[in-house]
Amino acid sequence: MAAVTLNQVRKSFGSTPVVHGVDISIDDGEFCVLVGPSGCGKSTLLRMIAGLEEASGGEMRIGARVVNDVAPKERDIAMVFQNYALYPHMTVFDNMAFSLKLAHASREEIRQRVDEAARILGLTEYLGRFPRQLSGGQRQRVAMGRAIVRKPQVFLFDEPLSNLDAKLRVQMRTEIKALHQRLKTTSIYVTHDQIEAMTMADKIVVMNGGKVEQIGTPLELYDDPDNLFVAGFIGSPAMNFIPGKFTAGGIVAAGNVTLSAPAGVPLESGREVIVGVRPEHLMVSDAGLPAEVVVVEPTGADTQIYCRIAGVDVTAVVRERHTFRPGETVRLAPQLTFLFDPASGQRLA
Amino acid sequence: MDYLESPMRRWVTLYIPLLCFLVILLFPFYWMAMTSFKPNEELVSRAANPFWIVQPTLAHFERLLFTTAYPQWMWNTILVSVVATFTSLAASVFAAYAIERLRFRGSKQTGLAIFLAYLVPPSILFIPLAAIVFKLGLFDTRWALILTYPTFLIPFCTWLLMGYFRSIPYELEECALIDGATRWQILVKIILPLAVPGLISAGIFAFTLSWNEFIYALTFVSSSENKTVPVGVITELVEGDVYHWGALMAGALLGSLPVAVLYSFFVEYYVSGMTGAVKE
Repeated sequence: MAAVTLNQVRKSFGSTPVVHGVDISIDDGEFCVLVGPSGCGKSTLLRMIAGLEEASGGEMRIGARVVNDVAPKERDIAMVFQNYALYPHMTVFDNMAFSLKLAHASREEIRQRVDEAARILGLTEYLGRFPRQLSGGQRQRVAMGRAIVRKPQVFLFDEPLSNLDAKLRVQMRTEIKALHQRLKTTSIYVTHDQIEAMTMADKIVVMNGGKVEQIGTPLELYDDPDNLFVAGFIGSPAMNFIPGKFTAGGIVAAGNVTLSAPAGVPLESGREVIVGVRPEHLMVSDAGLPAEVVVVEPTGADTQIYCRIAGVDVTAVVRERHTFRPGETVRLAPQLTFLFDPASGQRLA
Repeated sequence: MDYLESPMRRWVTLYIPLLCFLVILLFPFYWMAMTSFKPNEELVSRAANPFWIVQPTLAHFERLLFTTAYPQWMWNTILVSVVATFTSLAASVFAAYAIERLRFRGSKQTGLAIFLAYLVPPSILFIPLAAIVFKLGLFDTRWALILTYPTFLIPFCTWLLMGYFRSIPYELEECALIDGATRWQILVKIILPLAVPGLISAGIFAFTLSWNEFIYALTFVSSSENKTVPVGVITELVEGDVYHWGALMAGALLGSLPVAVLYSFFVEYYVSGMTGAVKE
């Protein structure tokens, strides 16, 4: 196991820069998730760590060793690909044993390591099958088995759950996390799904446009987003944003709706701001802001109310059982608000 | 396939067109087989039924096998085709893999150039090739054919294999690279086993092209013991304006058997090779 450190890592394809100087340090044994919208450079970054893409600049270390010019096989890493990349002409056993055979491990050792990995992943009875005879979830497990038999310093996962159906995805998510807790191998996991990121990560790196927007634990990002992007990306349903003007009496949005400003914010009056409110921080209260109900979606545990406040589409999640109808006006009181600068997107308060 | 349900429709849309195809495709073979077993009297008689034999005979085969060097031609053809096919296939695997997967600078142009080389017709190419064969002292040897056939086989096989290699997911190679495989190991342990249908169809094509090749065999070889079947049959069974039809057809029949057998063995691979499909 080893720490992974990226220092000002850059990547350009031709003259197009896709990763602009990324600094990340991942501790030994940590489960780090790189998350961001598609095209944000997260997969490219992972492939650079794997050695499948050459970094155009900066320094990458695995443990104490700089690996920029080290061949993938010398990096002591294992990677799980989105489409599993199982060798179709080999049985599950041979798929898992491939890297060990290449490393000239002894027959007994190969047998023992593959058996152990198969036992951990519940694949023992499938060792003689070919990938085409397995279900999606089983293939995914084989791909992980292939990674763990090698006992690498670092696991790399490139959107490994994207090809699975929703139910299996949740199940495999838990399995991967349990596996990490058991093996404690440093893991870097790429996904575009913020729920996956939140549920699995020790540390999340939010990326956008080839840059790191924020690094932190899942709850840090949720409770304390640095900017509009992170605030909008982390959390489901996404945070509501209401533009308005800062005044002494509060924040005045369209239609003279006044929201209370967070306490102790030294801003000049008249400044444009964006107020961020998480859906679960909107409470039904007589003292709240008037909101016109558009759609109500009860899920059982809670109810999502899609409505309009000050001309802006807003989502609220309430746990109490109300019977609202579309067109009705309800009053929603924000319990906790964030303030952002509309120009830079940076958090003000 | 509901539209094929009624028997009448099935006949009109399926069986009758199939039957037409079969008749048109198989008639030359039928004619060839008929002629080779027909005694000369029936062959030239106006009264005899041209589509049937009254007294089949093996006389043409006897003449072919025992009075001409046919067995030797056959051996030459097999030797030249097999050696040319395997060397071309080996060269093409490396070329196609390099062009398709190593993505070196100019790989696309190289691929295109190789394809263009295939478009140069042998009827033009045989003149400069003849000069080279002469200079190398290979004239009238089997080597002349073994070394010149790859000029059209390699471009063809390379092009076919490039398409096949393209259908093999790139992630497999990346995964193998991380697993610790070298380029050579990736080629031998991952790509080639997956490309078997492609290799087989390229091999069959190359073999058939070499087997049927005529113009190089005609120009680069002159003595009877070095000839291949297509050339030997034409040059030695046509004397002036006398065509020994029975022996000619017997030679053609025997000559087409190995290719037919080869096709029938590998027909499944051949089809999946042409459609290019790696299933996970």
